[in-house]
Amino acid sequence: MSVPSETPVPSSEVTFTNVGAIRWWNRGVFASQTAYVTLALIALIILMSFASPYFLTEGNLQNVAKNFSFIAIATLGITFVIITGGIDLSVGSLMCFAAMITSMVMVTLSTPGAPLSSLFVHLAADGKTVVANVPGLILIVSVLAGLAVSVLVGLVNGICIAVIGLSPFVTTLGMLSIVRGLAYVISNGRGSFPGGPDADYFYALTSGDVYDVPAPFIYLIALALVMAVVLHHSAFGRHVFAIGGNEKAAELTGISVTRVKIEVYVIGAVAAGLQGIIISGWLGSAPANMATSYELNVIAAAVIGGANLAGGIGGPLGAIVGCVLLEVIRNGLVLAQVNSYWQQTLVGVIIIAAVLVDRIRARLL
Amino acid sequence: MTNETMAAAISTAAQPVLELKGIGKQFGAIRALHGVDLTIGAGEVVGLMGDNGAGKSTLVRIIAGNFPPSQGTIQFCGREVHFHRPMDSRSIGIEVVYQDLALANNLTAAANVFLGRELKRNFGPLVLLDHKGMEARALELFRELRSETRPHDLVKDMSGGQRQAVAIARTRLSNAKLVMMDEPTAAISVRQVEQVLSLIHRLKEQGIAVILISHRMPDIFAVCDRVVVMRRGEKKADKPVGQTSPDEVTALITGAKEAA
Repeated sequence: MSVPSETPVPSSEVTFTNVGAIRWWNRGVFASQTAYVTLALIALIILMSFASPYFLTEGNLQNVAKNFSFIAIATLGITFVIITGGIDLSVGSLMCFAAMITSMVMVTLSTPGAPLSSLFVHLAADGKTVVANVPGLILIVSVLAGLAVSVLVGLVNGICIAVIGLSPFVTTLGMLSIVRGLAYVISNGRGSFPGGPDADYFYALTSGDVYDVPAPFIYLIALALVMAVVLHHSAFGRHVFAIGGNEKAAELTGISVTRVKIEVYVIGAVAAGLQGIIISGWLGSAPANMATSYELNVIAAAVIGGANLAGGIGGPLGAIVGCVLLEVIRNGLVLAQVNSYWQQTLVGVIIIAAVLVDRIRARLL
Repeated sequence: MTNETMAAAISTAAQPVLELKGIGKQFGAIRALHGVDLTIGAGEVVGLMGDNGAGKSTLVRIIAGNFPPSQGTIQFCGREVHFHRPMDSRSIGIEVVYQDLALANNLTAAANVFLGRELKRNFGPLVLLDHKGMEARALELFRELRSETRPHDLVKDMSGGQRQAVAIARTRLSNAKLVMMDEPTAAISVRQVEQVLSLIHRLKEQGIAVILISHRMPDIFAVCDRVVVMRRGEKKADKPVGQTSPDEVTALITGAKEAA
């Protein structure tokens, strides 16, 4: 008996009698809120370039790139959390706390006589100048200390939410307050300042430029590329989306939901911590009220860029586009000499408009 | 071939896929199941019927490994098995198609089929998803089930019948020997019911044992070889469909007829 041999056909060319193909503009990235917001952003940039001769100048573009990079890394991190259907309100406080820990560790290790400092620094022959034993080592240790604290905060968030089953909103609202409070306690409300022999490296790496491109922008692009690969080409990323789409289904198919959820909160926290450390380099200090209410900007940027708070949708492109849009509007209002108090109102309108457009599109199709 | 080996071969061929003996389950003071015996052979489709609270779901969950029975033994392919987690039963070849299908709407058909069992490829030092491999295999499975489903379409854009195909294709990945389906035709259109019943025929053709839980009498009589009726935690009937009728099964379910 002969078996009819089927020639393998690439799946994109399969045709069925009664199931039509979905057109390319109605699926994938083209059908997403991110696509519409990107178009709106391009339109806005074109409009701005006509409205103000300063908008497209190199200095202003650098400024814009730097400013949006200051919330975009944290936005990448929180996007992971939002895709699983969670939320993290503690990112603003954590930015401050991680930055503070980093600069405090840096200063402590650079002060001769302080605990452990003999491993890192010694006094020069003049008896006053502090010299690093290994240049850069203090910087590495102090940044790792800031990130380690972030990991810890992320773990506590994740365990409360995924293992104990507390609501993400309540857990991270509590953590917002706990972490901010700790930042005030450890600095006695005064904040802290990076210092010591490695401080110059720190400033160069956080607020410096490479060929006129701001360093934070370079980190952002690198991290966004890593995130794109992780989300769309790794099993972990797939499980993140599956949990946001149908958590029960993810559980039933054997995905370790608890573990993935803890991991996304740790990712969100580390991104926030890194963001805070970078901001403190640009500010030259980590004041105790640093990044207050930044969690709202970060969540707003993610949502404008197309991340769905109900879970299941989001990505690095959307996170960045959301941040750029917020910054271009702020920058545009300044250049157009509009009263800058309008900014906040306009941001609110854009959050609602972005979600509304997507809802209308979904209803029309 | 000697007589002995021949006899051994015959007995393995006739060996039941699943054999339950005296299964009972108590939840505190509530007796959910009592003394249930059930045997299912390869390629056999058994309809499991009963009113709400009759113990169907409890029985299915015990077989799926959600919780252990209080009494009785489970034999799978001739060996006694003990399940502690759903993964235990899954790893030896028992798959469940849940009533709500357990699909993630925001993912593609192929992604759902391979959820939790993704194919991966080494990409230098990285281990990344093998998208092409998964789409090709998913397409093969949909063809095998004769379902017109594109592997890269999102599940949220699909019909009820296509969703069923995705959920059933998932069970075909692991070469399951027993597939349990919980109300697969409860929430879909008449035309799609036909599709789902033909999917069950496909499974049967490939020698897979199927337990079909359904409230729909016509579906049971259309695809099942045997019908098992549960009432108040006990098995009240186990008959080939040819030797019974919808009226008799209804009477058994409601208790109008005690047992058959």
